[in-house]
Amino acid sequence: MPREQNIRLNVNGRVYERTVPVRLSLADFLRDHLHLTGTHLGCEHGVCGACTISMNGRSARSCLTLAVQADGAEIVTIEGLRAADGSRHPLQQAFLENFGLQCGYCTPGMLITAIELLRENPQPSEQDVREALSGNICRCTGYQAIVDSVLAVARDTQGSKKREIV
Amino acid sequence: MKPAWFDYYAPRSLDEALRILADAGPNGRVLAGGQSLMPMLNCRLLNPAILVDINRLEVLNSLDVTKDGLTVGALVRHADLLHDDRVRHGWPLLFEATKQVAHPAIRNRGTVCGSVAHNDPAAEHPSVLVTLDGTVVIASAAGRRELPAEQFFTGILSTALQPGEMVVALRYPPQPAGTGTGFVEFARRLGDFAMAGAAATLTLRDGVCEHARLTVVGMGEGPFRARAAENMLAARRLGADDRNEAFAEAAEKVRAAVEPADDVHASASYRRHLAGVMTQRALETALARAGAH
Ligand SMILES: Cc1cc2nc3c(=O)[nH]c(=O)nc-3n(C[C@H](O)[C@H](O)[C@H](O)COP(=O)(O)OP(=O)(O)OC[C@H]3O[C@@H](n4cnc5c(N)ncnc54)[C@H](O)[C@@H]3O)c2cc1C
Ligand code: FES
Ligand code: FES
Repeated sequence: MPREQNIRLNVNGRVYERTVPVRLSLADFLRDHLHLTGTHLGCEHGVCGACTISMNGRSARSCLTLAVQADGAEIVTIEGLRAADGSRHPLQQAFLENFGLQCGYCTPGMLITAIELLRENPQPSEQDVREALSGNICRCTGYQAIVDSVLAVARDTQGSKKREIV
Repeated sequence: MKPAWFDYYAPRSLDEALRILADAGPNGRVLAGGQSLMPMLNCRLLNPAILVDINRLEVLNSLDVTKDGLTVGALVRHADLLHDDRVRHGWPLLFEATKQVAHPAIRNRGTVCGSVAHNDPAAEHPSVLVTLDGTVVIASAAGRRELPAEQFFTGILSTALQPGEMVVALRYPPQPAGTGTGFVEFARRLGDFAMAGAAATLTLRDGVCEHARLTVVGMGEGPFRARAAENMLAARRLGADDRNEAFAEAAEKVRAAVEPADDVHASASYRRHLAGVMTQRALETALARAGAH
C-alpha cells in the first residue's frame, strides 16, 4: 500500500494538487505544505478548537482530519475570510472593535465556529453563542469580549446594513 | 502528537470495505468521524496497521423512518440528527442526548454509530440505545447479524464486535403512546463528557407507571441499566402525592447499585451522589412529558 497519495482540493477558492503522506493531518497540510499558518494547533487531539476550519460548509477540527480525507473537498480557513477587495469579514471587524482577541491564538477557530453559528442561527441569544463556542478555548479574553463581538454582528445584520455573513 | 504509519484505504463500496476488513482481521480499524479515533492515533494510544475510511460510502449516509422505527446509518453525524424534525419529535430522548454530545465541530464529523462502537463509559449514545431498546446492525464479509443493544456493550471501550465486522446501522423502535422521556447529565463545562448522566422513559396509564426504563451514564463500565429501580417503579402510582417518594426510592436504588471508580474528574462517592440526582431529574422530566400526552 503506498504511503503517499495524490489529493486535489479547493482551499479558499484556489485549487491545489499535492502528493501527501497518508498519515498527514489536514492541519499540518495547510500549515506546512500550503504555508497557510493562520490555522493554529493547540492540542492536536480535538479539545482546544484552535485548528477549526470549514470543510464543505461545516466546521471541522483539522487536527482530527487526514489530508487525504480532504481530497475533493472545499476548505475555508481564516485566510479565506477577507473579501476580494481585501476588506475584513464583518466578524473580524467586530472582534477588532470589541476587543475579541488578545494574543490571537484562538481567534481563527473562534471565527470559523461563530460564522457557522450565525449562518444557522442569525439571531442567537448569549447562551446560544456560549454553547456554540464551548469547544473553543481562549486563555486570554475570559470569553466575554468574544461573545460580545459575535452578538454585535448578530445585531448589525438585523439592522439596515444587512451584511453578508458567509 | 503525530500518528504512526498505517495503510490507508478509502473503499467506494460496502462490499469492498468488508473485504478489506476481513483480510485485515485484528489489524484493521474502521475510521468514521475520527473524533475519538484520531485523538488516540495522534497520542499513539493506538497503532492500527490498517485504517478503513468509510466516509466515501454514501450508502451508509441514511436516516430512515418507517413504521418499525428509526434507522441511523453509519455515516450519520451527530449534527444530522439535530437537523432532523422526525428525530426531534419521534425520538426526543435521542435528540436531547445528542445536543449534549461535545461541541458543534465535533458533532459535524462524529457519527452516532462510531460513538456506539467506541463505547466510552461517559458517552451519551450507548445509554440512549439501551434505554430505547435499540438494535445494532453488524456486517462482515460473511453476512449480517443484529444484536440487542444490551448484548452489544461488553465493558469499557469494549463491544461484541469481532475482527472483520463493522456497525452499519442502529435501529430505534417507535416510542409507545403515553411515554415520556428525559435525558440529563452533569459536566463541569458545556460539551464535556459527563461525570454522570441518566436516561429515562416512563409509560403511563391512568396515572400508573406501566413501564419504566432507566440507564445511568458515566459509571465505569458503559451503559448501566438500573433494573432494581425499573422494577420498583413498575405498577407504582405516580400522582402528585406519590411521585417524589417513588423517585427518591429509585435514586436510592441507583446509588446502591452503581460501582463508579475514583478518577481525576470526580471521586467515586461524588459520582454515586450525582447518579442519584441525575436519576431523579431524568424521571421528573420523563413524567412531566408522559403526562402531557
Ligand atoms: C473534544 C471532544 C469532546 C467530545 N465530547 C463527547 C461527549 O461529550 N460525548 C460523547 O459521546 N462523545 C464525545 N466525543 C467523542 C465523539 O462523540 C465521537 O464522535 C464519537 O465517540 C466517535 O464517533 P466517530 O464517528 O468520530 O468515530 P471514530 O473516531 O472514527 O471511531 C471511534 C472508534 O469506533 C470504531 N468505529 C467507528 N465507526 C465504526 C463502525 N461503523 N463500525 C465499527 N467500528 C466503528 C473505530 O474503529 C474506533 O475504534 C468528544 C470528542 C472530542 C474530540
Ligand atoms: S489543535 Fe485541533 S482541537 Fe486543538
Ligand atoms: S486571544 Fe489569546 S487565546 Fe484567545
